[in-house]
Amino acid sequence: MTQPPFVSIEQLSVDFRTRNGIVRALDKVELSIKKGETLGIVGESGSGKSVTAYTLIGLLDAAGRVAGGSAMFDGMTMTGASESQLRDLRGREISMIFQNPRGALNPIRPVGKQIEDVLLRHARASRQDARAKAIEMLQQVRIVEPEKRYWSFPFELSGGMCQRVMIAIALACDPRLLIADEPTTGLDVTTQKATMDLIRDLTRERNMAVILITHDLGMAAAYADRIIVMQQGQVVEAADVKTLFTRPAHDYTKKLIAASPGPYSELDDLTAVTNGPADAKRPRRVSAADPGQQAAAAANKFLLEVIDLVKEYPHRQKQGWQWPWSKPDDADSGFRAVDGISFQIKRGESLGLVGESGCGKSTTSSIIARLLDPTSGDIIFNGQNLTTFRADQFAHQPQRSLIQMVFQDPTESLNPRYTALDAIAEPLKRLKKITAATEIKQRVEKMADLVGLPQHLLTRFPHQLSGGQKARVGIARAIAVDPLLLILDEPTSALDVSVQAVVLQLLDQLKTELGMSYLFVSHDLNVVRLLCERVIVMNRGKIVEQGLADEVLRNPKQEYTRILVDSIPHFEPDNL
Amino acid sequence: MKRFLNHFFYVMSENPVTVFAFSLFILIILTALFGPWLAPYDPLATQAANALQPPSLQHWFGTDHLGRDVFSRVIVATRLDLGIALSAVALSFFIGSALGSAAGFWGGWTDRIIGRLSDTIMAFPLFVLAMGIVSALGNSVENIIYATAIINLPFYARVARAETNVRRNAGYVMAARLSGSSDLRILATQVFPNCLPPMMVQISLNMGWAILNAAGLSFIGLGVRPPDAEWGIMVAEGATYIVSGEWWLALFPGAALMLAVFCFNLIGDGLRDLVDPLRRT
Repeated sequence: MTQPPFVSIEQLSVDFRTRNGIVRALDKVELSIKKGETLGIVGESGSGKSVTAYTLIGLLDAAGRVAGGSAMFDGMTMTGASESQLRDLRGREISMIFQNPRGALNPIRPVGKQIEDVLLRHARASRQDARAKAIEMLQQVRIVEPEKRYWSFPFELSGGMCQRVMIAIALACDPRLLIADEPTTGLDVTTQKATMDLIRDLTRERNMAVILITHDLGMAAAYADRIIVMQQGQVVEAADVKTLFTRPAHDYTKKLIAASPGPYSELDDLTAVTNGPADAKRPRRVSAADPGQQAAAAANKFLLEVIDLVKEYPHRQKQGWQWPWSKPDDADSGFRAVDGISFQIKRGESLGLVGESGCGKSTTSSIIARLLDPTSGDIIFNGQNLTTFRADQFAHQPQRSLIQMVFQDPTESLNPRYTALDAIAEPLKRLKKITAATEIKQRVEKMADLVGLPQHLLTRFPHQLSGGQKARVGIARAIAVDPLLLILDEPTSALDVSVQAVVLQLLDQLKTELGMSYLFVSHDLNVVRLLCERVIVMNRGKIVEQGLADEVLRNPKQEYTRILVDSIPHFEPDNL
Repeated sequence: MKRFLNHFFYVMSENPVTVFAFSLFILIILTALFGPWLAPYDPLATQAANALQPPSLQHWFGTDHLGRDVFSRVIVATRLDLGIALSAVALSFFIGSALGSAAGFWGGWTDRIIGRLSDTIMAFPLFVLAMGIVSALGNSVENIIYATAIINLPFYARVARAETNVRRNAGYVMAARLSGSSDLRILATQVFPNCLPPMMVQISLNMGWAILNAAGLSFIGLGVRPPDAEWGIMVAEGATYIVSGEWWLALFPGAALMLAVFCFNLIGDGLRDLVDPLRRT
């Protein structure tokens, strides 16, 4: 039976006009979707996966132009359709869920009203019953107390709730095609799982076709029926999930699959495809149980000891002017972001700190980095109690150079006005008091070599570097002053998987070469396991579980850890 | 430097309006620098016999009620007007942005005091405040500059405060702290330079406004005193003759004023692009 496909894109090419001439964003893309099917589009940033979807619904921005080919939706050519025709289709036939749910919702309008807007626009409801229908939609996306939430503003809802509202808006008019563009970026793993399950259930119920755009192969494997892999504007492979993961045909697919850390993968496996066997020469990860290491650790005990650390924020911070004699409310004991945690890090050891957003892991790392003052508790670093110095005075202490940090977002953590060279030189000038320009240049170049940053890139500004290169600059800056403890605050969460793989290997290599200790803060247990011997799981400011990384991940003892581990979408060929 | 020049030329080639604004700006600067040598007549020399002549080949912009050449006076006045505007804007930019970024960076009491201070200034009708300052301090060019600077302070303070505030917890500020920089150094080297692009737009808009303000003060008889050539005074003097048909007295200095303000308003976007590193590739 040959039925015309529901959605088909044929030989589609899209050009973008830029300052440096015309860039081909899509090159002869072919894909088709059947009714009720979920198609996963997987690729790294810049591979054209979003452009494909935007072209299909005619939302290409002004610089883009369809250079050839066509996109058909249910027998209608979308590439040549007029704006009013498209506007009518959007929302009614095709709808979309965006990356950042909070940004996609109007911040000053109650969410219920925003659902109503869509219903009214497409005449799916009258003024009289719009409200009832909107509440029904909220109920369908499993929002508790929908009548009350109808009046909520986006800022009053959590990220997961906002995404549910977005789903309600997208599904309000019973569209036949749903495009989900990285719907769970920025959400916690447990929320991610709940959101994706919801999307899957609702779309199956309605027999909707779904395009799921994601960079996460694990998620595509768990929720899509078929997957196409895109690289630099081209479809390199299209197959059903099982074939793709068991017998990937294209090298790029193989590389991507290898680079996605699973519960059993080793650090060396991540780039096994590209680097080949030559990489095996790299020294293996030294485990904590190594006898020599243990003897050294016993000799000078712990590098860092955190004892009963507490950080309390006042419950309600009063704004504006206060009477000098007015007392703060004593009734509120305040919110404890970090609630009495204690742990140790040995010399040369890496410790993973895992938890969902809001669990206090970032607060903990900021306190240890001495960017923030704790409410109480002690931080013994290298035999000295660091809490005796205030955070704003710590910059002048000699210990400053011994604790350094690599930040979450490589773009945001580099000053846009500083070249890579200036950025790496800054701590050298301030902490090592090196003033001679030639010496600084030498040191920076050495650091660049160490982190694998080509020297000709040193004169560039951050926006002229790729994500991976920026991450390298961030790491080079942190290790330039020979720290003993390096705090890594989700250093790879903003990077593509293949870049993440390389950066993780670099970090591992640097650790063995320079003998640093790591405190690795992350929400991704699989990534933590690759780099750390021991791991601490945090929830609501408290340590829930700690132990050897493999142990905790494979046999979680606590319910919370189990949920966390189970929520990570991954592909296990045996279970498909 | 070579990089900056390349970038300069790129910004110019990107936007023809910027080219126009910058050439006009250079023309105004040149006139201000070389005005006295460019002027065909002595701007102060009176020639009673030649009074109130309409524009002709000898006197391009005509002559005024004392027979002085209007063209020469318009040209020579450029230096004074531009000088007042530049120094007033520079003063309020430096003081205002220093106060504002301190308020935005440290918050708390610093913010409250500086905030209320600028609110107080803004609570007065600004032109009346300027009039008050000039008449209290005395009628001189310096005092016009101080008055213009003071009434412009709150605008710079507010822009700088807002821009600093959003950046004070940026990743690169944290990184600078980790590299052992003190607060003051972070503010000066990391945060403040990144606040420059929006400040540039503010500066250029303010330049035009400062010229108008200085001219306005002279118009009502404060500040620059006759017989000195200044656009505001010239418009004021010429205004009385418009009814009797001698339109050129007020029109040409008014047009010069308009052109200068127009130029400064246009130049803002170009200046912003120049100081914004993200515009470089």
